Amino acid sequence: MQLLLEFFMAGIATIGFGIIINIPKRALIAAGAIGGVSWTIYWAMLQVRLGLALSALTATTVIALLSLYAARRMKLPMIIFNIPGIVPLVPGGQAYQMIRNFALSNSDMATHFMLEVGEIAGSIGIGFLMAEFIDRLQRKIIITLKEHKQRSKSKSANNTEKE
Amino acid sequence: MIETNQIVINTCLLAGRIMIENGSEMSRAEDTMKRIAMNSGVNNLKIFGTITGIIVSIPNSMDSQVEGINRRAIDLEKVSAVNTFSRRYAAKDITLEEFYEKLNTLDEATPSFPFWLQVIGAALVSGPLMTAFSGNMVDLGITTLTGALGYTLFYFVNRILNIKYISEFFASIIIGIIAVFAVRWGWGHSIDDIIIGSVMPLVPGVPLTNAVRDILNGHLVSGPARGIEALLSACAIGFGIAFVFRFL
Repeated sequence: MQLLLEFFMAGIATIGFGIIINIPKRALIAAGAIGGVSWTIYWAMLQVRLGLALSALTATTVIALLSLYAARRMKLPMIIFNIPGIVPLVPGGQAYQMIRNFALSNSDMATHFMLEVGEIAGSIGIGFLMAEFIDRLQRKIIITLKEHKQRSKSKSANNTEKE
Repeated sequence: MIETNQIVINTCLLAGRIMIENGSEMSRAEDTMKRIAMNSGVNNLKIFGTITGIIVSIPNSMDSQVEGINRRAIDLEKVSAVNTFSRRYAAKDITLEEFYEKLNTLDEATPSFPFWLQVIGAALVSGPLMTAFSGNMVDLGITTLTGALGYTLFYFVNRILNIKYISEFFASIIIGIIAVFAVRWGWGHSIDDIIIGSVMPLVPGVPLTNAVRDILNGHLVSGPARGIEALLSACAIGFGIAFVFRFL
């Protein structure tokens, strides 16, 4: 129940942000779904105490892979899906908390939030790289398999000719 | 040939500027520029791109041009439009001159989502995101309202005065004042939740993340520059809220 609520809230927020940054209308629903799914994963991982960095990394990898798929399917650039998608994860709230605590001279709270900002932003960056890595690996494997099949086919063809 | 080179360079620069201005990462912009050049028969286009300006040159013909980039926002419709035109150009659907023409009209076009819809977008970001963060259902309504008001103020100050960071500062002051009084008069429960939700449409989370992605992609000049810009707007917002807390 709580999971469903989180999904819908994050999805609605993603669509809202999509409207602010003016993404094409036909991409809104897909972007919202991507944002909702990834936030739910992130939230669930945080609930079972897997840590901020790992959760953000996993959620971002999911976002990037789903965006890649959606981008190919709808023939739109990938950033239309992944920028709104990362909005629930992005450390904007922490960045604001950091500055606020600095301004109110609560330095230890401020440092705590500063570290969180670095941790999350870094995880998101690496998550995108990770998705690119998975995608390239997958493509490479498919190409290699195809070549292998063709080679074995031509080999068997040669064999039959000889016979 | 000289004429065509001139047009190729101009088109590349315009496409690159539109993409960087509207929130694309550096690697995507450079990739698009290289593709446009390649499809026009220029195979060795050299690009030096940063977040504040691009230099493009064709080595053999000694042609080069500089284009400055003064403002940065996020408008993904434009980025996607540049991509579409580039794809159509690659498919020989439009000529280079038409491409340049289209980019020019795109550059001057206004956002296609009207203002009221953007305010609704801001409202949708602030309330639901706050609930997703904290599970706090009680403050959903007041946060949605405060977020919409803050964004409206941000939008108008930005449009009328056009000074960077001041619009964020004023918007966050208003958000802070509303949050404090809402809790004081019993319309809301948690000041912190209301404020965090309401500043969500304004906070520079996406530029911050883009900064990290640029750095990881090896754009060591653009990444930190983007990060500083994001930090400055976070400062404007944080100081606005801190300002309210000092006096109320």
